[in-house]
Amino acid sequence: MNSNDKPPMWKWLLKGYGPFLIFFLIALGVYHVPVAAVGEYNLKIYTMACIAIVMAVSLNVVNGYTGQFSLGHASFMAVGGYTSGFVTYYGSFKLWGDTQIHGGLLGSGDWLFFGSMIAGGLVAAAFGWLVGLPSLRLRGDYLAIVTLGFGEIVRVILQRSSRVIYDAEKVAETPVISFVNAEKKTELGGLVTHIGGTIGFDGLPKYTNLFWVTFVALAVIFVCYRLKASIHGRAFIAIRENEIAAEAMGVNTTKYKVRAFVIAAFFAGIGGALFAHEQATLLNPRELGFQRSLDYVIMVVLGGMGSISGSILAAIGLTILPELLRSVEQFRMIVYALLLIIVMIWRPQGLFGIYEIWELPWLRRLVGRIFGRRPKQ
Amino acid sequence: MAVGSLYALIALGYTMVYGTLKFINFAHSTVFMLGAWGSYLLARSFGWTESGVEIPLIAPLLILPTVMVACSLLGFIVERVAYRPLRKAPRLNVLITAIGVALLLENTAALDASTLKIGKDWLTVQVPRLVGTQPQSMPSLIPNETVWQITGEPATDVAPGTGVALQLIDVLIVGTAATLMIALQWLVYGTKLGSAMRAVSQDMRTASLLGINVDRTISFTFVVGSALAAAAGFLFAIKYSGLNQPSHPTWVLLGLKAFVAAVVGGIGNIRGAVVGGLLIGFIELFGAAYLSAHLRDLYVFSILIFTLLAMPAGIFGKATIEKV
Repeated sequence: MNSNDKPPMWKWLLKGYGPFLIFFLIALGVYHVPVAAVGEYNLKIYTMACIAIVMAVSLNVVNGYTGQFSLGHASFMAVGGYTSGFVTYYGSFKLWGDTQIHGGLLGSGDWLFFGSMIAGGLVAAAFGWLVGLPSLRLRGDYLAIVTLGFGEIVRVILQRSSRVIYDAEKVAETPVISFVNAEKKTELGGLVTHIGGTIGFDGLPKYTNLFWVTFVALAVIFVCYRLKASIHGRAFIAIRENEIAAEAMGVNTTKYKVRAFVIAAFFAGIGGALFAHEQATLLNPRELGFQRSLDYVIMVVLGGMGSISGSILAAIGLTILPELLRSVEQFRMIVYALLLIIVMIWRPQGLFGIYEIWELPWLRRLVGRIFGRRPKQ
Repeated sequence: MAVGSLYALIALGYTMVYGTLKFINFAHSTVFMLGAWGSYLLARSFGWTESGVEIPLIAPLLILPTVMVACSLLGFIVERVAYRPLRKAPRLNVLITAIGVALLLENTAALDASTLKIGKDWLTVQVPRLVGTQPQSMPSLIPNETVWQITGEPATDVAPGTGVALQLIDVLIVGTAATLMIALQWLVYGTKLGSAMRAVSQDMRTASLLGINVDRTISFTFVVGSALAAAAGFLFAIKYSGLNQPSHPTWVLLGLKAFVAAVVGGIGNIRGAVVGGLLIGFIELFGAAYLSAHLRDLYVFSILIFTLLAMPAGIFGKATIEKV
């Protein structure tokens, strides 16, 4: 290809970053939806569904695209959530002396939150790199077990942290360094700061709102979708299909496996940040344990490995389903489990298999018949 | 030692299922939980849970086989209904089905007495109370006696309770576990069915070509594994009398640790599971005693990661080279 064929700069920028502008506008629109008209309960479900989408789509990068099996996605979420919670909580104290929300939409507080999200994502990505490293040596189930073990270790360490400092004056006089816990120094808990221990990190400002969840969910979906068609995504998929063949074709499999972990962990960290500031009153290590990792794996498998639209639909469905089943009270989880088993037996490849929703063969044929066009093969 | 043998018993079930079907049976810890709760329910039905009731010495001998048979029946049904249709599906699906089964069993066990109404009065079902959502306390079936005691220095500078005290209950647990393991060893290496099991775990297709009924062998694997888990559940119940409600995370955690034991020993390897279980039990208890009791989960999972990094197939596992 000749370098003259390159499109002009503005076109290239618009194509790459224009969608984010559109997402920004959509998110602004969603933010202004009147709460009274929709109902607070529905908005809460919407928020949880968006966070589930972020988590499921990012897990899809590891499990779906690359075919590695991670059972510790919630631990990246925990790492990201706690990091960003730490930044906003104590950052607010340092800046304003309290933990109220400062500024309205995109006000100063929101920028602090944005920064903390990025920080959470980066720290989670660093952990993702750490977990991705063993994948040089381990394959398949063993890797899954190591990610599981890693998740449990994160949970134990977080539970050994000490209580949150609620007092503004005490925070002000505590130098940043001594946030390393002095009273429990004999144990490993000494490494972890005042982030709540077993009772959880409470008192976080509730920065997560409709704007942020919408924007982040759309952005993550978009990035992961673009990733699939990029050179990285193709390498991931090559590894999934046949690792040895991929290696033979010149794909550096270890490098790309670790890369997949890092990318997924980054988004999981951001999802964790949203989750942390959504809960507002309680961020508990037990909430983000093994069970939650399993929930996300279920979403990815149910939606179809590697299918983003499948993950999105599964994430929305599995967030709404337990809420719909509230009417049957204690049979809720039984019905949920039964549905899970039935779907797995009846449709083992997940809802969409490896296709996106618009790539489904039968849907294409249907659309072709309705609009009188021949389906593309 | 007692904890280690419990882990080893559960790990055996994991390792056997993994050996044949190559998937992590998440429902296994649920079977273990049901074993523990089943012992409690049996004891309750005999009226032994009330205080002041004389418990006959025969009680454990009565409960243990019953629970084992009940759970192996359950394991058989679960395999038949949930796993067999998925024999050819990708392994992740089986894994998720296993999670579904675990959730199903847990929440069914946790049902409380209530009335379910579908529609208005279209269908009304009286739901009996199974385990319920309250933690219960298991009666002590085994007298709390010390069999053997070593104290270091006599009297003065030894605080009470130090020294090594060997409880009757621990002896019984280790004894039962060892008996079961020896029985299993004989079953797997000494009988025709055992060699069928080993053949299926090596190569399912060749085994079926050689005239082995693969489905029946796999069913049998589940039956044996579930019976061992039930036995472990019973032993757990008599050792730690406090039983948490069925959906409590401690059950899953115990199951996970047993699974870690199976992996550390080399998954798919029966002797490895025993060694791994004992190892995990020792490390957990010594770590809790000498370092910090709060970090006991941490030791277990760190051992897992370090073992796998050093020996990617576990202690007794054979490293297989993937061919193109």
